[in-house]
Amino acid sequence: MEAAPILQVRDLSVTLDSEAGPVLAVRSVSYSVRPGEVFGIVGESGSGKSVSSLAVMSLLPSHARIRGSVLFRGQELLGQSDRALSRIRGRRIAMVFQDPLSALTPVYSVGDQIAEAILVHESMSREAATERAVELLALVGIPSPRHRATAFPHEFSGGMRQRAMIAMAIANRPDLIIADEPTTALDVTIQAQILQVLRTAQEVTGAAIILITHDMGIIAGMADRVGVMYAGKLVETGSVDDVFYRARMPYTLGLLGSIPRLDRGTHQALTPIEGTPPSLVDLPPGCPFESRCPLRIPSCREVEPPLLEMAASGPGHLAACHRSAEVERRDLKSADVFPAPPPHASDRDGAPRAELDQVLEVQDLVKHFPLVKGAILRRRVGTVHAVDGISFDIRRGETLGLVGESGCGKTTAIMEILNLLAPTSGRIVVFGRDTANITHRERFETRRDLQVVFQDPMASLDPRLPVHDILAEPLEAHGVPAVEHSARVRELLRLVGLEPQHASRYPQALSGGQRQRVGIARALALEPRLLVLDEPVSSLDVSIRAGVINLLEQLKKELGLSYLFVAHDLSVVRHIADRVAVMYLGRFVEIGAVDDVFDRPAHPYTQALLSAIPLPDPVKERTRTRIVLEGDLPDPSDPPTGCRFRTRCQKFSGELADAARRRCIEEQPALAARTGGPDHLDACHYAVTASVL
Amino acid sequence: MTAEPDVTSRGQLVLRRFLRRRLAMLGFTIVLVLFAIAYLSPLFVAWQYDELDASAFLSPPTGEHWFGTTQNGFDMFALTMRGMQKSLVVGLVGAVLSTALAAIAGAFAGYFGRILNAAISAVMDLLLVLPGFLIVAILSPLFQGRTWLFFVLLLAAFQWMITARIVRGMTLSLKEREFVQAARFMGVPGWKIIFRHILPNMASLLIIDATVNVSSLILAEVGLSFFGFGIQPPDVSLGTLIGNYSNAALTFWWQFYLPAGFLVLLVLAVNLVGDGLRDAFDPNAPSRVT
Repeated sequence: MEAAPILQVRDLSVTLDSEAGPVLAVRSVSYSVRPGEVFGIVGESGSGKSVSSLAVMSLLPSHARIRGSVLFRGQELLGQSDRALSRIRGRRIAMVFQDPLSALTPVYSVGDQIAEAILVHESMSREAATERAVELLALVGIPSPRHRATAFPHEFSGGMRQRAMIAMAIANRPDLIIADEPTTALDVTIQAQILQVLRTAQEVTGAAIILITHDMGIIAGMADRVGVMYAGKLVETGSVDDVFYRARMPYTLGLLGSIPRLDRGTHQALTPIEGTPPSLVDLPPGCPFESRCPLRIPSCREVEPPLLEMAASGPGHLAACHRSAEVERRDLKSADVFPAPPPHASDRDGAPRAELDQVLEVQDLVKHFPLVKGAILRRRVGTVHAVDGISFDIRRGETLGLVGESGCGKTTAIMEILNLLAPTSGRIVVFGRDTANITHRERFETRRDLQVVFQDPMASLDPRLPVHDILAEPLEAHGVPAVEHSARVRELLRLVGLEPQHASRYPQALSGGQRQRVGIARALALEPRLLVLDEPVSSLDVSIRAGVINLLEQLKKELGLSYLFVAHDLSVVRHIADRVAVMYLGRFVEIGAVDDVFDRPAHPYTQALLSAIPLPDPVKERTRTRIVLEGDLPDPSDPPTGCRFRTRCQKFSGELADAARRRCIEEQPALAARTGGPDHLDACHYAVTASVL
Repeated sequence: MTAEPDVTSRGQLVLRRFLRRRLAMLGFTIVLVLFAIAYLSPLFVAWQYDELDASAFLSPPTGEHWFGTTQNGFDMFALTMRGMQKSLVVGLVGAVLSTALAAIAGAFAGYFGRILNAAISAVMDLLLVLPGFLIVAILSPLFQGRTWLFFVLLLAAFQWMITARIVRGMTLSLKEREFVQAARFMGVPGWKIIFRHILPNMASLLIIDATVNVSSLILAEVGLSFFGFGIQPPDVSLGTLIGNYSNAALTFWWQFYLPAGFLVLLVLAVNLVGDGLRDAFDPNAPSRVT
């Protein structure tokens, strides 16, 4: 006999008002959560996953019209007064938000805020509450909690703030925790820490968790059951294994097939989902996924499919597709449903790397920023070691992936290259020209061959210029006659898979994926030889990401480009790069061919980074051993002596004897081939390869 | 090739969006009509602005004198039209000049920084501190006898500083944006980036500034004329008419309300054009308005 559900949502619908008209943000969503279970909700931005959970808490703005029923332990929550709900919110149902900085009050200390959360619901003395707050901070892994309880939110790092939020959420031993994208704003190693804290929190309190995320990997590792949302509706729900291994709704299949996998490498074919989600303002009748679905039949346009039980799966596996029975019978997988381009093979034609032309060479690049104080008499009080001696080269037709967490200096490094000026020290050689001694004219000419695609296409495209002018800008700057602009713009649009009529639109009128395609087209306008890609897909939704990655691969092959691909997402790097360099605190810790580094990582940081990335595969994800790093990135203005990673190194703190540690403290390890091939370099005195995938 | 019309660049798009706005077109038409009657009506009417009608002092509007007459027997309609000739030029040309000066000085100071910034900022601060009236007074002997258009230049020269400071501040933040960096990495020169990316992104501010300047310049001209600079009797401007006859508003109302009405009409029309231009530049504004 199964336990009664703790939360039962029935036919929940939410309509929000917007300038364009009423937005059907959530459309008759039903699910239930049992005690102690983790229910994951996945979906892309705008799918209604956050709105539906805010509706459960009645936290939506007053103009939202909510219909349906939300039963929490048999008690109806919708329509209750704010006062009645306040007795439930925070005590019985707690919430963890995405952005912990705005969720904490800046003017109270963290300990006081947690104590406050306890005192609102329980009658105890302030001293006892403060004591309990310290215990909670210790539970979520804040070092020296008694001391840190008196600190203010801005003195905490992002990861520590999120820990404090979790401490606050479990302060009153709630029955249900709603975690809305709890790790989206965080780096992967911190994300691994927070997910572990969430697991601990759940063990301690026995609470059920609703985990809202767009990351299928997190769901695979954390959730017991999943609901997939699309256009405000639940389109598939079931146990994690059913949804991941026996997905029956084409959207779920597409979503799973579009994720580059860390454990698959370059041979995986990514299945992009064409098109964009429909507008929720005037939704056409029929299935909202119809326009993007390769399996569509005429009736999809007319009747919206209901959620139907899948006979061959476990109980409670429901999918909303007219053809789900057929998908089940034939057991279709992502690649069967969605047309995928053949996986790209490395197009170096087997020529040895050393024989190819060098397009970019960076030697001992150093960039320091002075820290100054005072307005008139500016004193130098320190130095930020943003980039501290990195060397690499890129050959023709090659993709180098540059990975690292935020603050490691990767953006500074590419800005130094793009500026084409002499660096603080070291050398940058672009197409055989040393940037330290090139003329103004040569620098201008080099810009033709070296172009950049930025992370956020919304920010990198001028909102006041139509697409035509955006694409014509580089042409005009480099003296292409004006009469040729229109033809070239059309050609570029076709090259990146857009239509000629997009030329007269403004960037706002395009979807995220289309905008990034415009960004890529602009970079390609002058037929460059080297593209610097600064996190080109990380601001895009998962289903669109695959299309852009495939486009980049195809362009590289067709146009013979070389890429410097900067990313924090290692799965994407694994998919697209030939070689990869891992950066930590301004220095490379490991560099080599992508398969070497991912399959046989030698540096402890690379190992931890790889192990922190969740795999969208429930069985693998749950059986992996995980290396979770301690603490946060050290302050780059005061890096540790010797090896920069030693303060967080699992090897340093766990395996090494005191005598061996001395070397890590005193001597900075150089990049050298320690573990195998001559091309696989690492910077660890005690490097041993390990497989962590 | 597709057969669609090749209307794709920004200039064409903005023009098309502007022409589609009815209120803006109405404002634009009003301004044109005002120009036309101000300059053409003296050719057709019986009385000129400097002619006295000894038979009609302080006459209310009649068939002979449409807008009535003044105490000295001047025809009010002729005066108003003569005044509007001056005020239209002072207001429109002065406003465009001062906003353009503000935009260019502020954007160049903000974008290029260093010495240029220091120099332009020093000029801005100096002009803000020095009373503009005093400088106009000192300089006016130089312009004595020359065309009163110099006066428009002078008025504009004391109107731009505050806007220029705002523009400079906005430029400082805009130049860190990625699309400006992207243009830089393409090799686009700085002055082009300013005119293509930076100024259009503050078009709303500049247009509002220019429309506000129209009325404030027309009125600023009154103050200077009062002290004997600028437009001198027997010549008139809308500003001097309104200034001279404001005390007649409650008694011989036509002397005040009719010129004032034309000023209000002009400012309203300019505002409509400004709103239309702003929306035409702003891609987020709805592209069709009824």
